[in-house]
Amino acid sequence: MAQASAQVAVPFLRRVSLRRIFSGRNLTITVVIAIITYMAVIPVGYLVWGTFWNGQSLTLEFFRSAYSTVGLTPMVVNSLIFAAGSTALAVPLGTLLAYLVVRTDLRFKGLMFAASLVPLIIPGILHTVSWIFLASPNIGIYNRLIFDRVPFLPKFDIFSLQGMILVEGLHLTPLIFLLMVAAFRSMDPSLEESALMSGAKLPTIMRRVTLPLVRPALYASILIMAIRALEAFEVPALLGIPSGIWVFTSRIWSALKGFPAEYGQAGAYAMSLLLITSVGVYLHTRMSRRGKRFQTVTGKGFRPHPIQLGRWKVPAQLFLMAYFLIAVTMPVLVLLYVSTQPFYSVPSLESISNSSLENYRYTFDNPQALRALRNSFALGIGSATAVMLVTAVASWIVVRTKARGRWLVDNVATVPLVIPGLVMGVALLFVYLRAPVPIFGTIWILFIAYFTRYMPYGMRYSSASMYQIGGELEESAQICGASWWKTFRKVNLPLLVPGLIAGWIYIVMVSVRELSSSILLYTPGNEVLSVIIWEQWENGQFTELAALGVVMVVALVALVAVAKKLGARVGVKEG
Amino acid sequence: MAETSDLPVGDEPVLAVGDLVKTFTEGKARKGGVVRAVGGVSFAIEQGSMFTLLGPSGCGKTTTLRCIAGLEQPDSGHIAVRGTTFFSSEDRINVQANERGLGMVFQSYAIWPHMNVFQNVAFPLQVADRKQKMSRTEIREKVERVLSVVQLGELVDRQATDLSGGQQQRLALARALVMEPPLLLLDEPLSNLDAKLREEMRFELKDLQRRLGITAIYVTHDQVEALAMSNTVAVMNAGKIEQVGRPRQIYETPSSLFVADFIGTSNFFPGRVTAEEPGDTFLVETSAGTLYANSSAPYSKGDPVTVAVRPEQVAIEKGTFPARAGVWNGQVTNRAFLGESVDHVVAVGGIEIRCRCNPSISIPPGSDVTITFNEREATLLPADG
Ligand SMILES: Nc1ncnc2c1ncn2[C@@H]1O[C@H](COP(=O)(O)OP(=O)(O)OP(=O)(O)O)[C@@H](O)[C@H]1O
Ligand SMILES: [Mg+2]
Repeated sequence: MAQASAQVAVPFLRRVSLRRIFSGRNLTITVVIAIITYMAVIPVGYLVWGTFWNGQSLTLEFFRSAYSTVGLTPMVVNSLIFAAGSTALAVPLGTLLAYLVVRTDLRFKGLMFAASLVPLIIPGILHTVSWIFLASPNIGIYNRLIFDRVPFLPKFDIFSLQGMILVEGLHLTPLIFLLMVAAFRSMDPSLEESALMSGAKLPTIMRRVTLPLVRPALYASILIMAIRALEAFEVPALLGIPSGIWVFTSRIWSALKGFPAEYGQAGAYAMSLLLITSVGVYLHTRMSRRGKRFQTVTGKGFRPHPIQLGRWKVPAQLFLMAYFLIAVTMPVLVLLYVSTQPFYSVPSLESISNSSLENYRYTFDNPQALRALRNSFALGIGSATAVMLVTAVASWIVVRTKARGRWLVDNVATVPLVIPGLVMGVALLFVYLRAPVPIFGTIWILFIAYFTRYMPYGMRYSSASMYQIGGELEESAQICGASWWKTFRKVNLPLLVPGLIAGWIYIVMVSVRELSSSILLYTPGNEVLSVIIWEQWENGQFTELAALGVVMVVALVALVAVAKKLGARVGVKEG
Repeated sequence: MAETSDLPVGDEPVLAVGDLVKTFTEGKARKGGVVRAVGGVSFAIEQGSMFTLLGPSGCGKTTTLRCIAGLEQPDSGHIAVRGTTFFSSEDRINVQANERGLGMVFQSYAIWPHMNVFQNVAFPLQVADRKQKMSRTEIREKVERVLSVVQLGELVDRQATDLSGGQQQRLALARALVMEPPLLLLDEPLSNLDAKLREEMRFELKDLQRRLGITAIYVTHDQVEALAMSNTVAVMNAGKIEQVGRPRQIYETPSSLFVADFIGTSNFFPGRVTAEEPGDTFLVETSAGTLYANSSAPYSKGDPVTVAVRPEQVAIEKGTFPARAGVWNGQVTNRAFLGESVDHVVAVGGIEIRCRCNPSISIPPGSDVTITFNEREATLLPADG
């Protein structure tokens, strides 16, 4: 049967070889490559161009003015301390939590996995605002209820470099936790057990066996954490600007929001930041490639043999609970509490008796908020769909075809990974303020920003699932005489779908929370949720903000639940 | 082999395990998801002997070993090494694994990939308590001595991951031996090697154990390995020890159906005792005929039993002779040449009997034959196993 159709197919194909050039297959490939290249390359190109070109000639004047107005040193030093500090907080904390959860006989491990969803469903801006409610020197609950009452205890000031480090570090700890969980899970437990049998004590085993074995994952975590902290916008903006602690991202923001907007200066800061993050991402890719070569731990499933913590068990358990209370429960509770208040005040019997759902009514009666809700979800769903469709074809090109230069497609699609959200915003402003495309001022510029930013994640999800299906399946369909498009639709797509859905949901979630590109690109009428929250913060509408935030988090939780229902494994796919 | 471990009676055992129980909860504990991995195991090991836990996959061998090692906490029971109690549910004693001072070789070897050969072996000495801490030169000397014992002397500075499978196995052994533990725990140490190397290492390991007078407990599901290496074999089934004995004893006089079935191949004939003869011998009637079988356990007339006979204990002869107890007539249905022997399958009254004989005898299928059971080698077992 198959043989007969193959015999027929060969002369037929030869006859129409001219027409094949314009076949569905080649057309699709061309379009997809064009989209990816356009999306990834144009913004960076324009950014470089706009930063070095003042309209008449090549120039460094923007750099000069950028770094003379503020003074280079304090900002760079602050940026580095902020990045290093939050790394120094999140990496040990996340690693320790991952170790306790994977390798020991602790209880309530599920709490940590619930906590690990926090950065995914609680946007950075809400997390930061919660921490202001909790720890600002004047209105902060911790200060008013604890630090003020205990004599000799100084106030904890969240508007400081330490405060910024604490909030950013805690927000990203779950990310490190997930990365390290994967590393500890793939480690053969008997490597530790043989150290135990050798007579070593737990700390010695950690120092001499466990940590050296997960070193590649540890380095990767450090780099990812440092890059994320350098890119972070919400924490430096909300906590740093009021106390005059400037970093790259807050500088970019203030250069653009001043009057007149200093596009050249913003570009100069953006370029510097881009350079630093590129080096980080380059190091990370190189390391993870080398890490794979030295991989001695296999992916094979080991029976978990948790180490008995013995007398360390109680302190470790308390530590886990304390982390969950401080990093997850309290920020969520305070947000819920504030959302029920007519005005912000420290919790008391009186304030609790005043609670009502008034703010929620306001939120659902507020046309601006409703429009933003619609915009956010429309943009999230639209960009996620577009990204997954394009990257599905792109990863097929990379994984399945023998086309020359196919690796380039992968690399180009991954370029936006090094571009911080704020830099992406600047770059797209450069493009669409000058290009004759009437996109600026519409919602489409946000669509393009999201598409570009999340293309690398889409690529990760698609190619991961593309690698899972063997080439033979496709070949056998082709031998049966199916056309390329039909093969892709009937054979590849159904097999790819679970991975694609996981990627789709992930992108919807990160798009809905996106702030750092949106804040530069939105125009009145095209606000998204995170922008509205930002504006309400600036207007001092704390309680309305909290209600809108809760609505947003509930919507995101519903999304995660749908994902779980669909069986999609939404995780973090870094680098 | 058996002679070496015939120690004077009354000697204190190196390891004594009493009534060891270990259960795991699988999934929802409240819904009764409890696995009884080890269900009341007791045994003792004498100085210098190799004790093997043998049994099918999942019977609880590894769990027993891990309980002795201290890597798993038993639910109840008693574990003592050289008179020191390591675990006792009654006295609420549980010595931590890192304080038991036992040597262990893991199935996966668990060689630390980020250390070289020297560092791997030196680790147990380096992490020793301050009291027993040795100087650098002492450690160096000791490591080199143990490496030369396992024939890795040349490879001291080699990266551990660059070793071959057999070398890694020896390295794991060296690491377990360097502390001179009173007891060595081996969990299927040869199962990751290919067949040829496994056979080589089997003899090497046995030789080493005997030369150094090591007391070892050896876990395997490979009966050939168990019979060849051990002084004592304990056959485990579903968390319980079915039989303990010298390898020969286990093979020749299995005490249960399970053991007879698990060790080697056997023919089983269900039947009834019809007469008791002197010398622990019984006459048994089966559906294919009558035969004599031995048992030290008491049986009386009419008891339902099973007779187990090894294929090599059945002689085969062409032609038909008058049938009597232990001599049956049948027809060859199948023949297989196995190199060192020939197997014939003979049908007798609806039962198939496997006979193993010298390759010089070969009878084509379809021939009428007479089979004769070696009277002293048929084992009588209780019917329900
Ligand atoms: N950590 C655990 N959690 C739950 N059940 C376990 C655990 N460890 C062992 N078991 C169960 O206990 C039983 C005995 O397991 P064990 O590993 O001791 O078997 P084994 O005799 O060593 O088998 P094998 O020859 O396959 O290694 C099995 O049913 C196993 O599934
Ligand atoms: Mg086992």
